[in-house]
Amino acid sequence: MTDIATRPTDAVSPPPRGRRRPRLDGGGPRAGTIVAFLTPFFLPFVLFYLVPVGYALWQSFRVVRRSGGQYGTSYTTFGGFEQYVEVFQNDEFWASIGRIGLFGIVQVPVMLFTALVMALLLDTHLLKLKGFFRTAAFMPYAVPGVIAAIMWSYLYSPQLSPVVDLLNGIGLKPDFLGPGAVLWSAANVSTWLWTGYNMLIMFSALQSIPQELYEAARIDGASNWAIAWRIKVPIIAPSIVMTTVFSIIGTLQLYSEPAVLRQISSNISSTFTPNMLAYTVAVGNNYQQAAAISVVIAVITFVLSFGFMRLTSKRAGL
Amino acid sequence: MSRTAVMALMLVLAIYFMLPLYFLIVAATKPQGDLASTSGLTFSNFQLFDNLHTLFTFNDGIFARWILNTVVYAVLGAAVGTLISALCGYALAKFRFRGREFLFSVILGGVLVPSTALALPLFLLFSEVGLVNTYFAVFLPSIVSPFGVYLARIFANAAVPQELIESARLDGAGEFRTFFSVSFKLMSPALVTIFLFQFVGIWNNFFLPMVMLQKEELFPITLGLFTWNGQTARTPLLQESVIMGSLVSIVPVIILFIVLQRFWRTGLAAGSLK
Repeated sequence: MTDIATRPTDAVSPPPRGRRRPRLDGGGPRAGTIVAFLTPFFLPFVLFYLVPVGYALWQSFRVVRRSGGQYGTSYTTFGGFEQYVEVFQNDEFWASIGRIGLFGIVQVPVMLFTALVMALLLDTHLLKLKGFFRTAAFMPYAVPGVIAAIMWSYLYSPQLSPVVDLLNGIGLKPDFLGPGAVLWSAANVSTWLWTGYNMLIMFSALQSIPQELYEAARIDGASNWAIAWRIKVPIIAPSIVMTTVFSIIGTLQLYSEPAVLRQISSNISSTFTPNMLAYTVAVGNNYQQAAAISVVIAVITFVLSFGFMRLTSKRAGL
Repeated sequence: MSRTAVMALMLVLAIYFMLPLYFLIVAATKPQGDLASTSGLTFSNFQLFDNLHTLFTFNDGIFARWILNTVVYAVLGAAVGTLISALCGYALAKFRFRGREFLFSVILGGVLVPSTALALPLFLLFSEVGLVNTYFAVFLPSIVSPFGVYLARIFANAAVPQELIESARLDGAGEFRTFFSVSFKLMSPALVTIFLFQFVGIWNNFFLPMVMLQKEELFPITLGLFTWNGQTARTPLLQESVIMGSLVSIVPVIILFIVLQRFWRTGLAAGSLK
């Protein structure tokens, strides 16, 4: 790696003498230098991003067959869309997509609405201790998903949780790890982790709006409420779209939080989310099927995120 | 909305965000036996230092090894990643050449490829070249951050005036010298932001080490604590070390984030320009 990065430095020579005018066009560094700047990133990018994507695609079109009956030797061959047909006929796949869909439809709007309200309140004069609130909300972003899920699993556990104790005290019998609730317990961990991050994106966008814009509205008698929803929210719409796209991508990739909760709840199966299913299938040595599942998840992610971006940009009249 | 209502709402939210951290701090000071028998919100017997000692001596002190591994993967990985992103983003911003826009759109496509989607195919590829179960299996894929290049290009455009590069060229400085002695310094606040983003990316990426590593000596903290957490049913005493280990590993990162908050805001503002 360092070899590639430094080698072409020797090749850099001073610009030709006698050429004193700044080059306006067609000048600049020679091709070798440009390649030397790009290669340290592009070499690993190709090897560890593009090649795996290509390899997963290739694998997903292969099947393992046996020659000469059940005890014959196995070999891998081209299988067309066989793996994909198997994915779409797999009930566990659809069940995992259904769970993640339900999760996303509820968790993403709840999280982003909370983040938006917090960002708008931080941007008003109504609030004191702004630095404290911003920091408190952003702190969970420093905690990795696995550790966040471990922390929350203690708060969900019937034996250890002070939250369960408090709720028992007022006569409620919560079962955070029960079959109906465990999906929402996982959703809560994601919400806890990412609300502050999304809030900070929206808040940064709000801070870059020139104040004069509000003064005109105030002179016309607009309330804080009207300024927030009619002026601020439409202006930061691109940030809201971006946080939504990133949240959709994140939801479809969900793995760590349910994997940790699975350690303490029998209501999370090894195929709870699409990624957990892919991992379970791969561990069972069915790499081609796992590759097909990964490709399908990636395609759904792309379609949803691009679809959402198109939809919102059309509605904005672009 | 009145000031009181706003304040009350924000206080409730702040309690929600801080509750798990508060619980973790309290639990880390208790002996294992008190976890179930005393309330999770109040301190009981103070055993913080015993718990720390147990954490760092359990299983021949493997936890210290996990800290070291995490530093290699996340800190060193993010540093190397930031450097190569900066070189690439700078070249895409400041040099004119054919195919530049094409390369940039390939990188933008890469931003949308989630890192978890790459882990399984990478595992298959790495097992064919014998890289599975080595430091490189986690380190090498971690240094690649398309989002870092995207940010570096924006920041290079904003922070490095073209005239400065031109005059350095006229003075006979090579492109690399110009980059390291002039542009690098101008871009350095932005590079901190890129570093932080990539650090969080690696620190959070649990799926890749989970797929790649079986040897405990190579684990990052997250995978180690996950493994311990799975063993608490058989070894309840480990519970205290999982709690203590969680606290020990997140406190420095939280402090770092709070200290560097302004870098987050510049980065997030740039990210939202998209």
